[in-house]
Formats: sequence, C-alpha cells, structure tokens
Amino acid sequence: MAASAAVRSSMGLTLRLSRVIPDCSTCPLFRLKCNAKNVANLQRRGSFDSLRTINRHLQTSIGLYHSEEGSSNAEHPEDVVNVVYIDRSGQRIPVKAKVGDNVLYLAHKHGIDLEGACEASLACSTCHVYVSAAHFDKLQEPEEREDDMLDMAPMLQENSRLGCQIILTPELDGIELTLPKVTRNFYVDGHVPKPH
Amino acid sequence: VLIYTPALLFCCNSNELDVNLSRVFAGGCGKASLSSCSPKVCIVGSGPAGFYTAQHLIKARQDVEVDIYERLPVPFGLVRFGVAPDHPEVKNVINTFTQTAKHSRCSFYGNVNVGKNVSITELQQAYHAVVLSYGAEGNRSMGVPGEDLAGVYSAKDFVGWYNGLPSCRELSPDLSCETAVILGQGNVALDVARILLSPIDILKKTDITQPTLEALAESQVRRVLIVGRRGPIQIACTIKELREMVNLPDTRPDMVAADFDGVKEALKDLPRPRKRLTELMLKTALEVPGEKEQERRSKASRTWGFRFFRSPVEVLAEPGHSRIAGIRLAINKLEVSDGAQAVLTGEVEDVPCGLVVSSIGYKSLPIDPSVPFDSRKAIVPNTMGRVKQAAGLYCSGWLKTGPTGVIATTMNNSFDTARSILEDMDSGTLDMSAAKPGSQSISALLEKRGVKPVTFSDWEKIDNVEMKRGESRGKPREKLLTVEEMLPGHQ
Repeated sequence: MAASAAVRSSMGLTLRLSRVIPDCSTCPLFRLKCNAKNVANLQRRGSFDSLRTINRHLQTSIGLYHSEEGSSNAEHPEDVVNVVYIDRSGQRIPVKAKVGDNVLYLAHKHGIDLEGACEASLACSTCHVYVSAAHFDKLQEPEEREDDMLDMAPMLQENSRLGCQIILTPELDGIELTLPKVTRNFYVDGHVPKPH
Repeated sequence: VLIYTPALLFCCNSNELDVNLSRVFAGGCGKASLSSCSPKVCIVGSGPAGFYTAQHLIKARQDVEVDIYERLPVPFGLVRFGVAPDHPEVKNVINTFTQTAKHSRCSFYGNVNVGKNVSITELQQAYHAVVLSYGAEGNRSMGVPGEDLAGVYSAKDFVGWYNGLPSCRELSPDLSCETAVILGQGNVALDVARILLSPIDILKKTDITQPTLEALAESQVRRVLIVGRRGPIQIACTIKELREMVNLPDTRPDMVAADFDGVKEALKDLPRPRKRLTELMLKTALEVPGEKEQERRSKASRTWGFRFFRSPVEVLAEPGHSRIAGIRLAINKLEVSDGAQAVLTGEVEDVPCGLVVSSIGYKSLPIDPSVPFDSRKAIVPNTMGRVKQAAGLYCSGWLKTGPTGVIATTMNNSFDTARSILEDMDSGTLDMSAAKPGSQSISALLEKRGVKPVTFSDWEKIDNVEMKRGESRGKPREKLLTVEEMLPGHQ
C-alpha cells in the first residue's frame, strides 16, 4: 500500500540520517501499524547493532505521514498538532508539531529538558511526563513494559506516561505535557511536594 | 545567536564557537579576568553520577569547564561493569555520556587514581569545585562465620567477573554444584540468578566476557534460591527483573506457598508499583498454570525460587575441607510496627549448596583522609550534595545518597548536586575571583609522577577494538579484560 510504503521509506530515511537502529518492538509506531497478534509474537530482542548517534540534535522524530502522497515535507494544516510542554520551572513552551511526532524527540528538537537515557527502548523512566487530563484517555493504552518502567518513576501520578511512547495523533491537538519536578533541590525554600 | 558585551562573550547553542571566540576576544577581556570567567570543575568518577553532573553544569553555564578523572582507562562505571549483559538497552545512556565527553568544555582523564596518583587537596587547589562521584566499590559483608570459604562471593565481585571488571578477572567461581544460594532479593540478586540460569544461546550474543561464557557453558548449576530476610511485600527487586525470571526459557519457578500467607489480603492497600509486583509474585507462586505453561514447566531443566524470612547465620564447610557444603539460615518472623522488621524465632534451617552469592548491598569507601566520611552510613556527609565542613567539595551519585537506585535516580541526584554548585557560583559561596589552573597543573603533576592519563579518544580506540573483536563472535563487543591491554600503545 502506498501509505505503508511511504511509512517504511520515511522511517528508513530517518534511520539513515540519525543512524539510530531502534528496537522495533518497543516503538509505538510499530504497534499502531501491526495488529496486536504480531506484537505479542515479537521476541524482545536486545539491539546488538550499534546504537550510536552522531549528534543527538540530529535525531529527528520518526516522521510518519498518513497521507496517500506520503511526502515528508507536507505542511497540511490537518497534520499540525499543537503541543504545550510545561518545563520543571513551570514555564509553558508551545510547540507546533506534526501528526506522527514522538513526544520525547519533539522535546529534544525544541531544547526541552526531557532526558531519554535508554533512547526509547523502555529500559528507563527518565522521559516521564504528566499528560493533560483532557488528552490522557485519548492515548493508546500503555503496554505492560511501559507500565513496568513507569512503576520506577518518582512522583508517579494517575496521568503519568513515558514521553517516548506517545506518538501524536490529530485528537491530541492541544495536549499539555508537564515535566515532573523530581529533584529535592528544585525547591530552594525546602518545600517537599506531596505525591498526588 | 551571538551577544557581545564588553566584559563577556556569550554564545548560544554552539560548542566549538565559544572556545574559538573567547580566544579571539581574549585581549578585550584581559587575560586574568578571562581566566576568572571560566569556572573549572573537577569530577572524580566517570559513571552516571559523574557524567550527569558534568552534563548539567556544561548545559547551565557557557563558561564552565569540566574535567572528569577516572581510575580505570575506560569510562562509564557501572553502566559498563554493573548493568547485566542481557540488558543492552539500559546501556544506551552511554551515547548521552559520549556527547558530554566530546563537548569542547569537557575533558576525560582515565587511568588516574585519585587518592593515590593525586590528592583531593591538590585537586582543590587546581579547581574551583571538586565533585566526588566515585560510587561504591566495596560491599556489605554478611558478618557470619564461613564467609571466607571458597565458594562464597559477593555479588559485586560476581557481577564484576561476568562484566569484565579487571580486578575480578581471576574470580573463577566454581560452578560444579547443583544448587546456588543468593542472599538478597534486589535487582542485582536477580541479575546474578538470571545469568546463572539463562540458556547459553541467549548469553553468547551479549557482551558477557568470553571466560564467563565458557564457565557457564560447563556450569552444573540447576537450581538457584534467592533468599530474603523478610516477606514478599518487602522484596527489593522491581517488576521488570521479576518478569524476566518468570519468562526465562527452560526454567520453572519453585516457591513456598506458605511464604505468601496474608499477602493477597494486603494487596488492596499497596501503592501501584508494589501492588503490580506483588500480584506477579502471587500469580507465579500460587496460581495453577494453564496447560501450555504446565507443559513448559515440566520440560524445564532449571529451577529458581524465592525463599523468605531467612537470614544467613553460618556458611558450612565440608568436614575437613575449606569448601562450602551448605548455608545455615535463621528463620525469621515479621514484626509490623513502624515498617516491617525481621525478628529471629530461634529456629534454623540448613540448605546444602556449593555456591553462595551475597547480594546485600554495595558500599562506598573513603578515598582520601582529608574528605569527611560517615562510616556508619558509608557515604560522604552532605547537604544537597555540598560536603559538610568542606568548602568547594561536592558529591553526587551513590556516594551521596547510598548505593541504591537505578540510572534515572542517579541522574536526578546528580542534577541536584550540579544545581547546588551553580547556586554557590552565583551567590559567591564558591570563590570564583581567583583563576584556577585546572588540568594544566594536574597534568604536570601526573607527568612528574609517571602517570599517563588515557584520553577520551584513546577510549574510542579501545571501543573500536572491542567491537571489532565482538563482530567475529556475533557479540556487540568482546571486552578487554586487563588494564594493561587497555592502555594506549598496547593496541
């Protein structure tokens, strides 16, 4: 199909550009595209190929376009997803994103302080974010492995998700992603935030 | 974006540029004031704590220069030597650390033993701030008779052995016994159990060392017991590692149902992470498996299980020998008052085994008599990373908070320390008025003492050698196992 061919070629281009060879079974794009049965049959492979990235800032989001034309340079308004990141100091940072953008890599692209230590392979919880209530239920259910890693995140809340597992869809327009204030030192006056 | 002011030049989002431009405009700044413009920070230890502290400092101020000193020729600490070989994704963080190391304002000096080749006092003279991030290289001892018998190992050494830590190369654990007992039920204990029981076909594709692979291929170990002082609800491991044991091919779980009395009833009051973990344990221990799982278990050649409410009291030797024959465990009961405490009942139980691995915690060691050290908690006493009664001295990572937590925990911890340092720079608590020589003077000292630091590009050569060696074996890398082989000139 034209759409999936476009998906594959755009993913391939991104992979060549950024020299990242992700573990496909953890990528939510893969889950969106495949049916549940395929996903369940995937073995969890270690990524033995080199996961070197030349330059982190070159790591583009895995752009995915559902349009039949499949041009990765399309600027159709229906592809735009408005996102607001709220950083750890409470500052609101609005970002114009595209359908298919990955929340973690989008944050990196815009210089937002969201770490992704394991590079989206569900082996850490450093990309932990709080999702705005209005959009939380519109996200795909987390798979078991994401829940396992979320369990390790400090200040876990009902609306917690791992940023690397959120792929933007049109329904998520207006989504707000808050970075948890996890460190003790953040509150100079000694205030300790209570878990929600 | 470039903003030029008469006093200082600021560059945004430009690594190379700021160094070059500050050289060009050095005349305008005045040499002395230019040096005092660049705070110099020294970090001791190149594991996650060291690198995350460096990352935060470099990102926060365009003038900070950071030098990272590391005792081994190779960087990354426990990411290289602690994370299990079959957890390669956890090691992806190395890419982040590599970026930091290659930043123009960061330098790596491997093969430098702080405390032996150079003192903390000398570092403090050369840098505006010194951060201790050297982690925990010791381990808590069980403190029981027989602990020194052949066949008893600390998890720290066992993990070091299968991960190629040079000091653990000669460990050669005897794997000719059927039963292994691991004391402790944290993630390290589960890592050890998993490495002991994993099918060789899985392990041979990882970066586990070749000598370990060969030893495991000959291993007779078929049963691993993972022993804890308290009950299922107090277990220290996390769900990811438990799930890996439950799903480990060719193994089946072997639990004691009575250990789980009352646990199901306690579930509803548990917070989510503890609840999910306990549910999985209950399912594994008590639920009658479906037909397929039943069949899988019956065919399994290896078993693993938790044993609760047990503390080691003595390691038993074979009569007339100095080899281990078994371990004597005291039976505890749980007293729940303010938290849950294990209390001896007076009963004991002997478990025959040929291998004991003690996984009850790593422990930091003092590096230098001039640095305050709390030997009870085995940490450097500090407030928010500022070492108590030691101006200009900071700490981050396990040395600061004790040896628990994953990379993400250490990351937050290190960012906290970096923030303390930045606050102190801004407030004047850290004296930035005088220029400091930084690595210039330390390098001169080291040269005088016959110490040759290993640079980051030297490490990259080692990295390439290891990856090349691994290629022919279908492994991501074949690690060099001695310091000698790692030193430049040997390749």
